[in-house]
Amino acid sequence: MSRAEVDDVRVASGPREVRRIWTFGLFRSELGITFRRWRTLALLGVLAAVPILVGVAVKIETSDGSTLGGGGEGGGPAFIAQITNNGLFLVFTALAATLPFFLPMAVGVVAGDSIAGESSAGTLRYLLVAPAGRTRLLLVKYATTMTFCLVATLVVALSALTVGALLFPLGEVTTISGTRIGFGEGLLRALLIALVVAASLIGVAALGLFVSTLTSSGIAAMATTVGLLITIQILDQIPQLHAIHPYFFSHYWLSFADLMREPVYWDELLKNLGLQGLYAALFGSAAWARFGAKDITA
Amino acid sequence: MPHTSTGGRVTESVIETSALTKRYGKQLAVDQLSLTVPAGSVFGFLGPNGSGKTTTIRMLMGLIEPTSGRASVLGRPVPREIRTVLPHVGALIEGPALYGFLSGRDNLLRYDAADPTADPRTRRARAESALDRVGLTAAAGKKAKAYSLGMKQRLGLAAALLQPRRLLVLDEPTNGLDPQGMREIRALVRELASEGTTVFLSSHLLDEIEQVCTHAAVMAQGRLITQGPVAELAAGARGRLTVTTPDTGEAARVLKELGVTDLVVTEDRVTGEPPGAEEGAQAPGDLAELNAALVGAGVRVRGFGVERASLEDAFVALTGEGFDVAG
Ligand SMILES: Nc1ncnc2c1ncn2[C@@H]1O[C@H](COP(=O)(O)OP(=O)(O)OP(=O)(O)O)[C@@H](O)[C@H]1O
Ligand SMILES: [Mg+2]
Repeated sequence: MSRAEVDDVRVASGPREVRRIWTFGLFRSELGITFRRWRTLALLGVLAAVPILVGVAVKIETSDGSTLGGGGEGGGPAFIAQITNNGLFLVFTALAATLPFFLPMAVGVVAGDSIAGESSAGTLRYLLVAPAGRTRLLLVKYATTMTFCLVATLVVALSALTVGALLFPLGEVTTISGTRIGFGEGLLRALLIALVVAASLIGVAALGLFVSTLTSSGIAAMATTVGLLITIQILDQIPQLHAIHPYFFSHYWLSFADLMREPVYWDELLKNLGLQGLYAALFGSAAWARFGAKDITA
Repeated sequence: MPHTSTGGRVTESVIETSALTKRYGKQLAVDQLSLTVPAGSVFGFLGPNGSGKTTTIRMLMGLIEPTSGRASVLGRPVPREIRTVLPHVGALIEGPALYGFLSGRDNLLRYDAADPTADPRTRRARAESALDRVGLTAAAGKKAKAYSLGMKQRLGLAAALLQPRRLLVLDEPTNGLDPQGMREIRALVRELASEGTTVFLSSHLLDEIEQVCTHAAVMAQGRLITQGPVAELAAGARGRLTVTTPDTGEAARVLKELGVTDLVVTEDRVTGEPPGAEEGAQAPGDLAELNAALVGAGVRVRGFGVERASLEDAFVALTGEGFDVAG
């Protein structure tokens, strides 16, 4: 075949080109199908219910005028003893209660299903011939999972704030260090804490995405991710494994409480964010390497 | 689109593979395939179950990496330049796949959003016209999980038609369609072909290939057996003269005298190779004479004619075995 003949069927003569701005259409579409899904709404519903349960339980427990036992950082989730004085503390309590399990589980489900779910439904092959592009699709999936982390955390925080405001008085906030800050400043800290909690989920999200590229069964990917999450949490409790604890994505999770100190104690907060970044880079690249070379046979 | 073709040279090829091979573990799914799909053709890709049709298509669409060999689509090497190629290709691969919780229309919008070359401003309009083309406008608002198999198949086709395409790759497109639907799809394929789209169509329905395809290739056990224009392939097998009559004995005797060879007598039919069939075309005059001779000899002729050589005959001649015998 001569050059000239080849040129005749060359796609170069086609009028279509990639427009940068149009590539965001896939992200919008992805957000749409993620948050329209019944499963996502159920997960968010469960998350919203946690602060309601905690708030109502605390209200009932203290309705006879008694205070909650345990106090401080001892029994129950952090800050729980302070809720009766200030409803804003329900936000901190709810985040502390959901961060170890409910939030990462929800993220694990969404992240684990992201690629594997499309693969088992067969829709992955049509996205790829559309052509979505493997790297672009992976980035979109990751961005959507991160968005879900943020939305899930905000759902917990807003539900807690609403319940706290309805059931308990609001006002000045006493920090862990004992100083008092205004309610406005307290709200700001609450928002900051929610953002840090959302960022704490980045590691699980990256792990889930990687697992999702390994299999073509959505259920298997979700189960594996949530299983890994539980395993890590258990291992983090075993003192003999002390040496490797700092590398577990969940190790510094509860450091968000340090934002309630005056002045803020940044050491572990930064370690947490650094660790999440490390997980994102590591498992993000692993997912990219795996997905880029994978045979799509489903 | 600016199709600067220099007079539709037959040497232009839209798909070209050479020694393309895919191995799954020990199994060779596609073995040294060298295929040429001419531009503007409706190309039938035939083969029994498991012969490697879908595997070939997946390689051409960049979904799986070939074990060895080369392939190019629309003049570009794949999978290396697959992303510049695919916006010009509509594909239906191994049946449709849809988001069950989305409506038919939203499924199309989703797939269109995945294409970074697709203009979002015309997205809805293009989705509507694609739905219209496959006759799904009325059911467009229904959730895809409530679609029947044929409706899903149509929606899959609609997704392939969201943009004007240079090449359509359709893996068993009429699977699950009712006869009416099959006819519509065939009409659609012809229409698209007349607009200049090359259609690459896999099937194991010989009939279907024969009705719409200009070219065909036959696969068996991962290997290419033959390829070429359908007319040439079918001509490889000669038509047989068939006489339906209660007087089979007499008919056979008369036909033999007139030079008909390879006579086979069944219950009420006599078949054979008409004289001069080796030279190809059958002069109609000869047939009329044969018929007159039969009637003249008092044979009560109920039916008379030459069964057109079909692709199926060609296929059986090529493989020498039942079509659906998988290796
Ligand atoms: N993912 C896979 N892993 C292992 N073997 C596979 C895989 N996909 C296909 N094969 C094998 O490759 C061969 C060709 O399969 P392919 O799906 O290409 O056939 P086909 O011609 O499309 O068949 P059909 O007409 O049934 O659709 C088969 O023997 C099949 O078992
Ligand atoms: Mg197949």
